[in-house]
Amino acid sequence: MIEFLQQLTNGLALGSILALVALGYTMVYGILRFINFAHGDLFMLGAFAGYYVAPWVARALPLPSLSGALVVLAVSMLVCAIIGLLIERFAYRPLRNQPRLTMLITAIGVSLFLENGGQWLLGAAPKRFPLLLPAWGQWKIAGLTMNSNQCVVILVTTLMLLALRFIVLNTRMGRAMRAVACNPDAAALMGVDTNRVIAFTFALGSALAAAAGVLFAINYPSIDPLMGILPGLKAFVAAVLGGIGNLPGAALGGLIIGITETMVAGYISSTYKDAIAFAVLIIILLVRPSGLLGKRENDKV
Amino acid sequence: MKSNFFLTVVWLVAAVPVLLTGCSPSSSSPSTSQDSPTIKIGEFASLTGSEATFGQSSHQGTQLAVDAINAAGGVLGKPLELITEDDLSQAGQPAVAVRKLIASDSVVAVLGEVASSRSLEAAPICQEYKVPMISPASTNPRVTQVGDYIFRVCFIDPFQGTVMADFALNTLHLKSVAVLSDVRSDYSLGLARFFKERFVSAGGRIVADENYSGGDKDFSAQLTSIKAANPDGVFVPGYYTEVGLIALQSRQLGLSVPMFGGDGWESSSLVPIGGQALEGDYFSTHFSPDDSSPMVQSFVKAYTQRYGQIPDAMAALGYDSAFLLADAIKRAGGAEGSKLRDALAATTNFPGVTGSITMDSHRDASKPAVILTISGGHFKYVKTIAP
Repeated sequence: MIEFLQQLTNGLALGSILALVALGYTMVYGILRFINFAHGDLFMLGAFAGYYVAPWVARALPLPSLSGALVVLAVSMLVCAIIGLLIERFAYRPLRNQPRLTMLITAIGVSLFLENGGQWLLGAAPKRFPLLLPAWGQWKIAGLTMNSNQCVVILVTTLMLLALRFIVLNTRMGRAMRAVACNPDAAALMGVDTNRVIAFTFALGSALAAAAGVLFAINYPSIDPLMGILPGLKAFVAAVLGGIGNLPGAALGGLIIGITETMVAGYISSTYKDAIAFAVLIIILLVRPSGLLGKRENDKV
Repeated sequence: MKSNFFLTVVWLVAAVPVLLTGCSPSSSSPSTSQDSPTIKIGEFASLTGSEATFGQSSHQGTQLAVDAINAAGGVLGKPLELITEDDLSQAGQPAVAVRKLIASDSVVAVLGEVASSRSLEAAPICQEYKVPMISPASTNPRVTQVGDYIFRVCFIDPFQGTVMADFALNTLHLKSVAVLSDVRSDYSLGLARFFKERFVSAGGRIVADENYSGGDKDFSAQLTSIKAANPDGVFVPGYYTEVGLIALQSRQLGLSVPMFGGDGWESSSLVPIGGQALEGDYFSTHFSPDDSSPMVQSFVKAYTQRYGQIPDAMAALGYDSAFLLADAIKRAGGAEGSKLRDALAATTNFPGVTGSITMDSHRDASKPAVILTISGGHFKYVKTIAP
């Protein structure tokens, strides 16, 4: 029983990071109907931004500490938001009115560019991510081990989900985002600056990816330029599983993938954990093609 | 417009075979190296990617040896020319690299790789073109079984597995052990298998047998299962990137028994990743820079002077592979494929910095293993175990 609860805790911690990556994926898709395949690489850049920012922060604030970690997190999110803006401006905006497939392929190109450029610029050898959070320790409750980093991840994911919902549902920019999602041309006619809204969406998505990258690196402190590929893929799957475009769906999808994977690895076969986790995805999509929380959409003819 | 496009397509379709056949005679006839002013040696290594320190170390060792040979007048009056290709630590790349080295650079022999999976990919190509290949550090037995042109200068995993099983049982006094291996790596699976066979036949018990995939970052599920099995120690025959994270996560989960593994741990990146969690763990490898023999010490000095770091086992094996090749070319009296192969196969008591190298009938080197421990963030010599 204790082992089962421990596996559940492990799965929850892994799942909430996937959920955080999936939130960014699903938000960009929800607004632009465009899968940003470079999202996993922005996740990687976020971790690297944290890696390079931490020594600077350490001069002003004590590290490891909560305040220091939050500053590193915020700066990394800012750096990636700017990178996201640049990618949108130079890679995606010129293709805005081209067929959707063109943009999709460009996204794959951007992804490969960031991975290989990263290997060239940042070095391919894995780097040790600095210690950002103090080891407040592990809590042992009746044989169950839970560490503070895992709690921070779960907490931050929950906060980001709520903040994102607030932005999309309750702010002026959020309303503009929903308007663009509904019909970009009509939104432009109503005076919405679509370029600005789309740029903002990308910046927000990239910042989310960066936050996930830093949290991932805090938990798994070995970072390299290819670290974003697998989490990016799994988060994409999580987003589809939860119903792409739906924020709580992405979080739910992330948790399901994380927990399934951990349980399969713990009890059935660690060799086939990915295979079984993806089989679960296929089964769920067979039953609910638009994802768990996704709305059924009819294409307008 | 349409007919123009159609004509272009027809022209292209017609032209491609012509161009290809036009090129083929020059590329298919291997230029003999007799008339070239240098002896070209190919090397493929993981200079970047997940096992980057392996490739960088072995390349630096190889380069140091090639430069030393050339400074002493080269081989048979000609300097060696080392042509190095990066395989990015990725499956699929070694084949590309080795085909390029053989077909377009016309190398006389190929040196590489450290990871067994990637050596296994390149070996059939070298065998097919009858270009001798020497792997510095691939320990999986299947590598040299590919064919009679494939050699290695290191020991093999049946020996390494035996060494670590005996060490766990007799020196560490571990009765029950859990094994955590990488399903994507021929090296890891092979070493795990030989370790288990020996450990069980010598009276130990394997209480958990778990897997991961190279590139994974989260091992908490497997480690939780291992912890529930309550072993005395954990054998992790993986590569350093994952080993560091596995050590960290096992300590976080409260699994505090000693961990031990093979030469895949040997990297300057191991301790920066695993840190404190690795203290008191053990691994087997090929070489210790603490060895007091004058040959080893002069190698360590030359390497440290040039690269500003102490050589590890991969660097020492890269160094030995290049010197062995030069020696074989000398003994063969030329770099012609079949003669060079025979000379390599006839190697006996070749003095290397990783020990004396004698090729057995399977073209594997029979050599002692060294066991190191991690203490105070450094690798410390424990003992040498002869075959």
